[in-house]
Amino acid sequence: MPMDLQHFWGAVLALSILIYVLLDGFDLGVGILFGLNRDEAQRRDMMGSIAPVWDGNETWLIVVGTVLFGAFPVVYSIFLSAFYLPVALLLVALILRGVAFEFRYKTHRGRWIWDFGFVAGSAVASFVQGAAIGAMVAGITVDGRNFAGSPFDWVAPFPLLCGFGLVAGYALLGAAWLVLKTEGELRDWAWHWIPRLMTAVIVFVGLALVGTLIGDFRVVDRWLAQPWLFLLPVLASLAAWQLYRACAKQRSDWHPYALTSVLFLTAYLMLAGSFWPWLVPYDLTLAQAAAPQASLEFLFWGAGVVVLPVILVYTGVVYWVFRGKVAPGQQYH
Amino acid sequence: MDLDPVALSRIQFAFTVSFHIIFPAFTIGLAAWLATLEGLHMATGNVLYRRLFAFWLKVFAVAFGMGVVSGIVMAFQFGTNWSELATRTGPIQGPLLAYESFTAFLLEATFFGVLMFGRDRVPRWAYFASTLMVALGTTFSAFWIMANNTWMQVPMAYELTASGDTVPTDWQEILFNDVLWVRFPHMLLGAYLTTAFSVAATGAWYLLRHRHLYAARTMLAMGLGLAAVLTPAQIVIGHFNGEYTAEHQPAKFTAMEGRWQTEQPARLLLLAWPDVEAERNVWELGIPYLGSFVTKGNFSAAEPGIVTVPPDERPPFLIPFYGFRVMVGLGVIMLALAWAGVWLMAKGRLRDPEHLPRWFLWAVFLHFPSGFIAVLAGWFTAEVGRQPWVVQGLLRTADAVTPSLSGEAVLVSLLAYVSVYALIFSAGTFYIYRLLRAGLDEADPEPEPAAPQAPPAAGQGVTPSRPLGAAGGSFQPGAGTSAPRPDTA
Ligand code: HDD
Ligand code: HEM
Ligand code: HEM
Repeated sequence: MPMDLQHFWGAVLALSILIYVLLDGFDLGVGILFGLNRDEAQRRDMMGSIAPVWDGNETWLIVVGTVLFGAFPVVYSIFLSAFYLPVALLLVALILRGVAFEFRYKTHRGRWIWDFGFVAGSAVASFVQGAAIGAMVAGITVDGRNFAGSPFDWVAPFPLLCGFGLVAGYALLGAAWLVLKTEGELRDWAWHWIPRLMTAVIVFVGLALVGTLIGDFRVVDRWLAQPWLFLLPVLASLAAWQLYRACAKQRSDWHPYALTSVLFLTAYLMLAGSFWPWLVPYDLTLAQAAAPQASLEFLFWGAGVVVLPVILVYTGVVYWVFRGKVAPGQQYH
Repeated sequence: MDLDPVALSRIQFAFTVSFHIIFPAFTIGLAAWLATLEGLHMATGNVLYRRLFAFWLKVFAVAFGMGVVSGIVMAFQFGTNWSELATRTGPIQGPLLAYESFTAFLLEATFFGVLMFGRDRVPRWAYFASTLMVALGTTFSAFWIMANNTWMQVPMAYELTASGDTVPTDWQEILFNDVLWVRFPHMLLGAYLTTAFSVAATGAWYLLRHRHLYAARTMLAMGLGLAAVLTPAQIVIGHFNGEYTAEHQPAKFTAMEGRWQTEQPARLLLLAWPDVEAERNVWELGIPYLGSFVTKGNFSAAEPGIVTVPPDERPPFLIPFYGFRVMVGLGVIMLALAWAGVWLMAKGRLRDPEHLPRWFLWAVFLHFPSGFIAVLAGWFTAEVGRQPWVVQGLLRTADAVTPSLSGEAVLVSLLAYVSVYALIFSAGTFYIYRLLRAGLDEADPEPEPAAPQAPPAAGQGVTPSRPLGAAGGSFQPGAGTSAPRPDTA
């Protein structure tokens, strides 16, 4: 009996995207919030709270890309050609924010350049990811195995709305991370941003809902066909409500990150439910897009069953090593 | 205006990947160098190694950061610009790149965080293990990317489906073929040599400026000593690279050799001035018979010229020809420098670094960039020599491009990459230069040698018990170990 490796790699893909969003999401968010804080000492602590882990977090994006390339090469080709310009923008943004971690401490006069790159890079990278999701919901034009639309298809109200929504969402995750990892004034500052960002996210989600209905996207049919999906928004609303309460009480620094993660998880499941079983909605299913069995098997026996568990273990260990609060002012450079 | 998406994508790919390789060439070697220093420090307790580690870690951090961000661009370009290639060869190239991110990228990126920020948070053995993990990650990375590129140079173990997709038939062959196992060591040694010369050149620089004499001597000796062993190995492996090229990619080989017409017996051209229009060399300097000997092992074999290749399958002539000569020329110079250095050391001149001949120090110092140039020249030879194919004999570069891509879109992305890379490259190299110029952390005690009877130079003589007196001013090889070890606790 051949194992169903297509679904295995579909699951790994889904897991990698989720890990990417929950991990790089908070450090992109911290990058966005960096622009709202002018205090140099606090800025150092903000950066310090993500400095040891951002590189590993971002690498999950490459994992997502290469799992697509290896297990679903057609999808890799279609997505990247459909999003040619946004991907270039994303990459330029990631370059600018990535070098900032080293470069801003190497100069005084030029620091503003790297600070600007850090904030703009984080914001643009988040925006582009949101816009790409939005464009997927709205539908990508595909002909056979190739993208057949225009390079500016994603510049439409709905994708742009999703872009801003994700900027707010990642900023929220970033603020929750700062509450978890910092103390004193910076933590207070992060606490007071959470309810505002939560409200912003709710507004964007509301607008996106209206947009979906107006646009009459095919997602709507998917939802009507799978009514269990409607449980997810209920769960999300509960989490949002709890988050407001947590901000009022400020009892545990863990609450915001945990609750925001629940929010992201539900949002993620809603998207997954809207698309399943399509990988390129609604042209190619998972099974149609999968690489030959020989490729999936080769990946499975090494990367799948051996390396992936090892990665999860050492990633966990390294987060454990860097657990706890970042001591204020304890910066490396 | 008609912009050709193929031509622009080629420029963009060549530009971004050439930019990228500069940093791996450095960080693969530096990661191994850092692991060595940390290991030496654990084994000997000599504080010097710890100081060298701290110093090179800063350089590593900047180079690694630039390597990572420029690498991410590469991972996505197969889909953005070469989607036909990605769709058709994805079943083979995709898993190789996926293995790279699973076994290499995550490993190096995660433990890089420990290297930078974990010194106080983990036990010493775990810190040392982290340096090994980063070094291992970079090595794995080189392996997978070479496996991938080797398959593009010499496609093997595949079947074609009706729609022209490749289906792998034998992964073992893809990973354990002779071609890969000469190219991967060649790349790895190239990276080690790049770092060895950068480290040695930094040492030479400090010696020229009479700074950090003890640390400088160590860097010079370790760098050149390593190069003295690795350069000959690299030349031998390079020769095997040439053999596989002659066998599998004869068109590329003729261009590398500068041979237009078939010759019997064939010469080995050292230098030439090819005239591409007239399909001949205007001027050339060659050694008779040696061409036959180098490839076939006898003095009479015939060697084909490029005219035997159908015109629409010929690679550009000049870049492989000159690229190859630059690489080999630098290899020979590296050998001369490394062996001269070892000879000087054996004569004991290095014990008193102040008395090393200045011309020699200058020569080593000026070869700081030679590894980088050789690596780039080698890649240009290999990649341009493969044209017009992207996958040799299977898929032409012109057919590999994304069908929906417009020239305007590529122009926009190309301009964006060029401007951002120009910015970060100038800043990054400047910051690395500043780190090197600033030198080692002066706060640590350093067992510096001093000229006989000379008082310690200002700002350096903080250590109470400097190991000079007994040594009579000249350097003892073991002096470092007898120095105080404030940090062995
Ligand atoms: C022989 C070495 C070598 C070569 C030929 C390449 N790379 Fe590379 N790459 C590395 C050696 C390396 C490395 C040593 O692993 C890097 C460089 C510095 C670093 O930080 O990791 C890296 C980083 C790096 C990253 C970022 C990884 C991270 O986030 O940690 C990606 C996505 C790629 N590379 C992808 C590519 C692609 C798609 C290439 C080919 C077209 C390529 N590299 C050529
Ligand atoms: C890192 C060192 C590398 C350098 C400096 C390099 C350089 C180049 C150059 C100069 C070209 C352009 C040839 C031409 O169009 O005339 C090229 C083409 C190409 N190379 Fe590489 N290459 C490197 C590594 C790789 C690797 C590891 C791969 C595959 C995994 C690869 C895949 C390609 C592809 C797909 C092309 C075709 C696109 C094109 O023609 O520009 N390269 N490379
Ligand atoms: C001195 C004798 C050397 C010889 C005879 C030699 C030979 C070769 C040959 C024939 C190739 C082309 C392989 C191909 O087309 O795929 C090559 C590629 C290359 N060489 Fe060298 N080489 C030498 C020295 C060096 C040195 C000193 C370095 C770097 C420090 C270096 C780095 C490279 C790199 C990075 C490549 C491209 C990767 C590859 O194709 O394997 N080589 N070399």
